Amino acid sequence: MDDLLRRYGPTLTGAFMLLTAFWLLMLVILPNITLFEASFRPYLPVVDVGGPKDFYSFNNYGKFFANSTDTDIFGMNIPLPIHVKIFFGTIYYSTLVTVITFVVAYPLAFYLAKVVSPKSLPTLFLLLFVPLWVSEVLRSFAWWIILALKGPLNAILLGTGILDQPVRWIMGYRAIIIGLVYTYVLFMVFPIYNAIQSLDTNQIEAAQDLGSPWWRTHLRVILPHAKPGIASGSVMVFMLSAGSLLVPALLGSPTSLWFTQTIQQWMLESQDWNTGAAYSFLFLILCTCFVSLVMWVFKVQLTDIAK
Amino acid sequence: MTEKLRRTLYNIYMAAFLFYLLVPLALMGGAAFNDSKLPSVYPWKGLTDRWFIDLWNDETMWYSFRNTILVALAVVLLAVPIGTAAAIVINSISGKVRSVLYGVMVAPVLAPGAVIGISTILFWNKLNVPTGLHLSVLGQVSYIAAFVMLMVLARLQSFDENLEEAALDLGASHGQVMRRILLPHLYPAIGAGAAIAFFQSIENFNITLFTRGTSQTLTVYVFSKVRAGITPSINALALLLILVTFSAAVIYEVRRRRAATIEAAREAEARRADEAGII
Repeated sequence: MDDLLRRYGPTLTGAFMLLTAFWLLMLVILPNITLFEASFRPYLPVVDVGGPKDFYSFNNYGKFFANSTDTDIFGMNIPLPIHVKIFFGTIYYSTLVTVITFVVAYPLAFYLAKVVSPKSLPTLFLLLFVPLWVSEVLRSFAWWIILALKGPLNAILLGTGILDQPVRWIMGYRAIIIGLVYTYVLFMVFPIYNAIQSLDTNQIEAAQDLGSPWWRTHLRVILPHAKPGIASGSVMVFMLSAGSLLVPALLGSPTSLWFTQTIQQWMLESQDWNTGAAYSFLFLILCTCFVSLVMWVFKVQLTDIAK
Repeated sequence: MTEKLRRTLYNIYMAAFLFYLLVPLALMGGAAFNDSKLPSVYPWKGLTDRWFIDLWNDETMWYSFRNTILVALAVVLLAVPIGTAAAIVINSISGKVRSVLYGVMVAPVLAPGAVIGISTILFWNKLNVPTGLHLSVLGQVSYIAAFVMLMVLARLQSFDENLEEAALDLGASHGQVMRRILLPHLYPAIGAGAAIAFFQSIENFNITLFTRGTSQTLTVYVFSKVRAGITPSINALALLLILVTFSAAVIYEVRRRRAATIEAAREAEARRADEAGII
């Protein structure tokens, strides 16, 4: 702090402090506190705000557990509240998306970091970056076209005789998974690439010279080294998938609600901002738990993830 | 498995992946020329340019486009100074305070957009600020400033603080130290940060959806178009956006290659000069 004052003087230091404080207080901390506080208050018409009906309660969170329906889980019929089901569905399918993107991205990241000649690397990166700069809504729209019942995918599969009936791809959660993997796979590739790239190639060659088969080299040498990259990629992909609103809204079906969609219903359709706040808060807790879990499993720090 | 076979397999995998990434975009762009009321390349009903004309005459689209650009510019104007200042501040402290502050700064990057949007409208609603694009700007800045901060902070690691000491010793004012020494060193990071902020803002959907009130931005407009009914004029728009992105990428690549060739020629020249000198 003294160092800043000495270098830039009181005016500039004050400006730096003020800008940082504005960001952290007005845009991050206070809005989140407001969210937390609002989630315990009832949704009231403006005249009743601050009146006798305006008291703290867990009622908004209670709505999360309302409307039980019988749900089939591993062959057992368990009554499960509809929003709880959507909540866990979102976690389950986002985890699935994270695993799929990892499986797809790992060989690619390894290829980019250690196999391909460094000369063609910039061109490859450019080709990879182009889809990333095309907006998310258009990328989901592209899959909406491809997966349509009378779309090109069914036409090709029918034409080549792989299928004899068109498949309704946009049903249940599968189109959402396809769309999320396509949209976010690059967020897994780049962090793993960065991690593997920093591994000394001599270590891989040493393992090979000592007779290690290729899979053991990956398991014992490359994967452990890529751990921070995998952690950071997994956190990114999971958070983006779970937090996505576009992809489930475009590629989902009536039977496949995403948790962000229930939040959106409370906020924009019911205009009940307080229940929306309660659901957002639950969602925030989920995210925090997931990030902490990944950091604990992979034994990495937040500084390693957000680079 | 032999080395050669493995290499071939890797190359095939890479090609397949690029195919997987790029073909959906090509299909979407191709549908813009299909003379069919539904946006698809199949069945092909003949070539047309009417979707581009529709797009050109779509006033809501132009209006949303204008809004998107205005929001993005506002986000850049706020996020760049905030991110730069935050990077300078956090670079000057250490220990526990630093890691807590760093955590608070990067947390919005990981937070879901819906939550950021909702907390933003709830907070400003308390201060009697109505929803609208101004809140979209503030909501977006809350996480985009973190990107700028991270880039500037990375650049600060290679900054030689002795330069500032020297300037101060030689009688430079604080403003001069900032303007002539620190900022010039940070310009590459600030420029890249501004570009990222601009594109992140254009892309943003979640925060904008909750904070926009009744205003439109391009992403929200495209979303509502795609969801309701849908006309292939969206494909025309998609194709144009992809082409812009692609040309920017190609121009960048050509310039990079030219710079690399010049660099290589210079090195060869220097080597020849060296060798001549030795002889």
